[in-house]
Amino acid sequence: MTAASNKNLISFLLYFAVGLLVVVILTPYLWLFISSISTKRDLTTIPLRWFPPEPTFENYSRLLLGGTGATDAASQFGRCALNSLIVASMVTLISVFFGSLSAYCLTRINFKGRSMLSFTIIIPQLLPPVALIIPLYLIVRKLGLLDTRFALIMTYTSFILPLVIWLMIGHFRSIPPDIEEAARIDGCSRIGALFRVVLPLVAPGIAATFIFAFIIAWNEFFYALIFSSTQSSKTLSVLVEEFSSKFGEDYVLMSTAGVLASLPPVALALVFQRYIVQGLTAGSVKG
Amino acid sequence: MGSDKGNSLISSFEKKRNVILLLLLPSMVLIFGLLIYPLIYSFYISLLDFSLTRPGVTPFIGLNNYIQALSDDFFLSSLLRTIYFAGVTVSVEIVLGIVVALLLKQKFRGRGLVRGLVILPWALPTVVNGIMWKWIYNANYGALNALLSRMGLIDSYQLWLGEPMRALHSVMFANIWKETPVGVLMILAVLEGISEELYEAAWVDGANTWQRFRYITLPLIKPMIGVLFVIKIVWAIREFDLIYIVTRGGPAGGTTVLSYLAYLNGFKFFKMGYASAISYFIIVLTMIIGIPYIISIARSQREVV
Repeated sequence: MTAASNKNLISFLLYFAVGLLVVVILTPYLWLFISSISTKRDLTTIPLRWFPPEPTFENYSRLLLGGTGATDAASQFGRCALNSLIVASMVTLISVFFGSLSAYCLTRINFKGRSMLSFTIIIPQLLPPVALIIPLYLIVRKLGLLDTRFALIMTYTSFILPLVIWLMIGHFRSIPPDIEEAARIDGCSRIGALFRVVLPLVAPGIAATFIFAFIIAWNEFFYALIFSSTQSSKTLSVLVEEFSSKFGEDYVLMSTAGVLASLPPVALALVFQRYIVQGLTAGSVKG
Repeated sequence: MGSDKGNSLISSFEKKRNVILLLLLPSMVLIFGLLIYPLIYSFYISLLDFSLTRPGVTPFIGLNNYIQALSDDFFLSSLLRTIYFAGVTVSVEIVLGIVVALLLKQKFRGRGLVRGLVILPWALPTVVNGIMWKWIYNANYGALNALLSRMGLIDSYQLWLGEPMRALHSVMFANIWKETPVGVLMILAVLEGISEELYEAAWVDGANTWQRFRYITLPLIKPMIGVLFVIKIVWAIREFDLIYIVTRGGPAGGTTVLSYLAYLNGFKFFKMGYASAISYFIIVLTMIIGIPYIISIARSQREVV
């Protein structure tokens, strides 16, 4: 009897704790979403209306389609989303391509100074971006590249490439060298073996790294804040911040922009969660 | 591309040194050009009286920028705030991380779904996290005020971001919300690897729940906790985005941490030399914590190789 009620109590506590956890995780984001489908009046009434009597998706169409009476910031949305997409994709492609080659070299080929070089790859993770931004800003300004997507692509690569190399070293290590050696005995060149045998085997690792790098590049804010000023390079991160500071206090539009800007990384992370966890663990512990 | 032609081209590159160069050089050029060179350049700037408002005139002043920082009360209080911010958020995140990871290790309905949800705060762009909390903390229409007054916990709406210490704690809370999942997922990954047999054996030996945690779980997750502590402290010391977005370092400098102070001096006051000196203090802080960690990784790797 008592054992059974004890068990019930534990089970109740367990579900209570899980429920609490879900509420704490979801509520802030859910509130952002509810704000985005409310009207300004719903949000500025006291006591607050927790759910709008007439939910509206008008703000989404205003941001995504432009539409009539779009404010300055709203009309920039499409352009900035495109900038974010181009910059994040290019950074990811460059980093994963060159990073994979380097990681292969650092795991498979013996040469002097190899282990030293492998460790220096982690150091960028320790550097504060603010320490790099001043010289980079001066260089970029001198080259006349301020407010270009090119400047963002290059500067993001500086911290995403080392991360990719580090993650890919882990993935290459997990593939037994015997397979590659067998291919080379069969007459494959080293580069040939890399492309025909090793890369296909490491493909899941590359996919995982790709998604991880893309999310980090998409979410980046600091470099974009300093380097971009107009629609020619401004990313969504910067635009969303401007909704909350520059363009008056339009909470509804700000929330809508926030929800939209977070959709790609959130969707990727939820779908490929296993990859992300792999990336996080490998990025910090294993080599 | 014809494969014969490709093969002969590649075999001429077969010499090991060339292969290494081919594979490694592009990355190294990028990393050195975009990271190491700026870092050295930044140190050089920190030795100059370099102001963007006075182009072309950049006298060498040695360590004066560093001395100026150390004798500036605002720098010192920012340093203390940085240490407080990093120390408290990381400790809370790690304790919460262990608790939540243990919770998610239990068997319950919908476990897969809840585990999936945990990643949400991590995936949110820092900007979205920032505006979200700024909106929740809003003094006039914020959800936090509405919620607390509905629950009868406060009589009147509060200025969550209006007073230095309270603003700092509000920002820290937002940071903890976003950063805890990393710890949860990484500790959970270790927990998943612990063999059930260990617990069963302890059960047979009469160990209670606390003893099983204390003598089995804790020693096994300890290395991961160490790693988390280091990387999280480093991340927290570098924190800029959230503070810029939610409070702009205010009110009255109450949330100004070192990264924000460096930004402020460099890009608002255009004092590039002084800003570089401040950022070198941040580098020293992160290196003090990070270098022993890198050395320990290097050691463990040597064992693997």
